Amino acid sequence: MIINHPLLGPRDASEFTYLGDASLIDRPDWQAENAAEAFYEYGYVRDNPAGEHQELWYHEAGDRSWLVVTRNTLTHEISKVELARDVARARGRSK
Amino acid sequence: MHDLVAITALGGTDPRVDTVGGVTCSEVPGVALASVAARMGQKDKTAASLAKLIDAPAPEIGRWAGTTISAYWAGPDQWMVEAPFDTHEELADQVQTATGNSASVTEQTDGWTRFDLNGDSIPAVLELLCQLDLRKMDPGSAARCSIHHIGCFVLCRAPDSFSIYGPRSSAGSLHHAIVTAMRSAL
Repeated sequence: MIINHPLLGPRDASEFTYLGDASLIDRPDWQAENAAEAFYEYGYVRDNPAGEHQELWYHEAGDRSWLVVTRNTLTHEISKVELARDVARARGRSK
Repeated sequence: MHDLVAITALGGTDPRVDTVGGVTCSEVPGVALASVAARMGQKDKTAASLAKLIDAPAPEIGRWAGTTISAYWAGPDQWMVEAPFDTHEELADQVQTATGNSASVTEQTDGWTRFDLNGDSIPAVLELLCQLDLRKMDPGSAARCSIHHIGCFVLCRAPDSFSIYGPRSSAGSLHHAIVTAMRSAL
């Protein structure tokens, strides 16, 4: 499998490690009223789609950037690769 | 007073040199290193300070640049700065002074060991070692990759001159990998 790194171009999947669902980016506010409930859902409740899935990958044997890879879980086709920090900022995160 | 003897990463008193076919692999101990990471929103400022320090534009993605002090791209908004150890032992201080509050600087000198490959047909050796697209590696290229599961940087200085940086604690394994590949390819 080849992951087309947004900065470095096509790189072999063996250079990357997989973390999990990209929803990990949406960490709840720990000071919110419903923090316990929100963290329960953040930690344990996941969609398991048969189809397009956004996931976090780490370019460990490369530039060490975190990526959001959009992958089809049925075909393994990768349709989009973005820097995780760009995705997080687009979702309104400041860091 | 202690009477300590300086040894190289491979444990010798002199740097190790191995020649196979037309390629020479030399251990290069005399390098000072410091990493620079731009703080949030300070990339342009850091790149400008870095450019002044290395007397060349700060290297873009996958490149290296510089003069006596040079730098190579290590990741988004991150660079590694290298200079001769004899004249720049306090490189990290120098880089921190140059970049001020715009970047975080970490001393890296003894964290890494460097092997220089010189000669023709270096790509034949490197293609056994790493997965980099060597056809795209021209003078000025710098890339991080995995060599025998060791995270390394590969820099192309000239078509017949490459540098490999690997973790100093894995110097022996990296050296073994390089020399084995040289014996196999050449």
